[in-house]
Amino acid sequence: MAAWGLLAEYETPKALREACERMRDAGFSRWDAHTPFPVHGLDRAMGMRRSLLPWIILVLGLGGAATGFALQWWVHAKAYPLVISGKPYFSWPAYIPITFELGVLGGALGAVFGMLGLNQLPRHHHPVFESERFKRASDDRFFVSVEAADPRFDAAATRRLLQDGATAVESIEDEA
Amino acid sequence: MSAHGTTAGVDLDAGKVRIPAGHPLARLGPIAFGVGALGLVVAFLVTRGDTRVFAFSWLVAFLFTLSIALGSLYFVLVHTAMQGGWGIVVRRLAENAMAAIPAFALLLLPIVLYREELFPWIREIAEGKDHILHGKEPYLNVPFFLTRAVVYMVVWSAIALFFYRGSRRQDATGDHAISVRLRQWSGPAIIALGLTHSFAAFDWIMSLDPHWYSTIFGVYSFAGSLLAGWSFLVLVLVALRRFHLLDDIVGPEHYHDLGKLLFAFTVFWAYIGFSQYFLIWYGNIPEETIFFRHRLEGSWRGASFLLAAGHFVLPFFFLMPRAIKRRPATIALGAGWLLLMHYLDVTWLVMPSLRPHGVAFGIADVACLIGFLGIFLGVFVRLTVGAPLVPIRDPRLPESLGFENI
Repeated sequence: MAAWGLLAEYETPKALREACERMRDAGFSRWDAHTPFPVHGLDRAMGMRRSLLPWIILVLGLGGAATGFALQWWVHAKAYPLVISGKPYFSWPAYIPITFELGVLGGALGAVFGMLGLNQLPRHHHPVFESERFKRASDDRFFVSVEAADPRFDAAATRRLLQDGATAVESIEDEA
Repeated sequence: MSAHGTTAGVDLDAGKVRIPAGHPLARLGPIAFGVGALGLVVAFLVTRGDTRVFAFSWLVAFLFTLSIALGSLYFVLVHTAMQGGWGIVVRRLAENAMAAIPAFALLLLPIVLYREELFPWIREIAEGKDHILHGKEPYLNVPFFLTRAVVYMVVWSAIALFFYRGSRRQDATGDHAISVRLRQWSGPAIIALGLTHSFAAFDWIMSLDPHWYSTIFGVYSFAGSLLAGWSFLVLVLVALRRFHLLDDIVGPEHYHDLGKLLFAFTVFWAYIGFSQYFLIWYGNIPEETIFFRHRLEGSWRGASFLLAAGHFVLPFFFLMPRAIKRRPATIALGAGWLLLMHYLDVTWLVMPSLRPHGVAFGIADVACLIGFLGIFLGVFVRLTVGAPLVPIRDPRLPESLGFENI
């Protein structure tokens, strides 16, 4: 059993935010905050950069729309030209609904799977689940977890950094 | 989320929520009103002898300005019905815009007076030769047309004043029951407004071309109206910033949400506009396609493409990034552009009936637009100067002040 990292428990969003600011300023990279509900200003306190997700959605959305349009153009105007209700082969207004729908589909798939990918989900287990305390992360406690793999990690110093305002700091062991 | 960021740190009495007497903005009201009245007189004088041109110019400016006021009314009603929190700090300005609606009852008179110049069905039905119009006579006849116009104005004014007075009374009493009562009435009011707005669009725009019909036209009309209302609101907020009014009260978070609504309704407008075009194109029935045929001939063709690009494609990509929506200068640019495009939209709907051969703007069009905007701004400024800029005792005000997008 190797030490996975540290888990610190806080009673209030304020204490959590302050701990996050300390972690941010100390330059940690492999750490996270866990809260039972969205906490305003936490992104800033953690020094989170803007997510890449909007760009993934934009590219996949436009890609979906382009695919939808190109597919119909190829089918109706190139591969199987048929006169339908007296319209020209290339009747672009007729392609718009499918273009729109595939655009939405691409964007939606990009949003869901992009989100999962960037969050490294799904995963069946996480070392912090070993902690009995951590169960209250979905109820009334706020947590910061730090991985020992972080280049800035130092068992004693990081513990001191987290200590301020915390109700408990515990070491998490990795089962695997 | 209401627990975060209360009124702490925001001083509502610090001269940011009231325009003091003698403030340059207070003088703007009468000036705007005077310029507006002058504009309308000029419009009448320059078209002397051509009541048809005057009536059409008047109608375009009337519909354009009215749609700003109605869009504001929609915003207040929907925000109230949804028990919205974020927009409380900008609601009063929308209320001031909607409270100008009763003034439009007076401004409607020239349209009623020159109805025969505007609406060809009046003469054609009287001649009794048109089979299709004969079938539409139960709806399209002058007494019913006039009755409906009165009904629209009464319903809109009643809703606008009811919500305006309720909100102002809460400034004085702080009574939470007012919020509850307004919310209860907001649902029925939205239905009444949606229906009357749709029928007004049928009466005053669609019947310019009486053979043509489109059942989605009401939705198209209020999609544009909502955009106009929000665009106006954004422009007013950014203008107030220059005088350090509402500083720390309205911030990037509120601009962001208004920007999201502008973005969403740019898409909604295009969705409805395209749906209308698409079904008419597909069905290919002459009495329906005539509407687009008129608008794809001569320089109207260019106007149609400009509308598609400028009212949808351009703002769609411009308003997409988050930073654009949060910066006052950029969101104001988007709002100003959309308002301009809305004017083009109204012109595009109305003017091909007067000028089938191409787009043209005369002095009368400009004078009417200045006239209507002047009078509207005059009323708006008068109401804005006379009351706090935010509903100071709304129970959700703290939530709105501390609002953050996640």
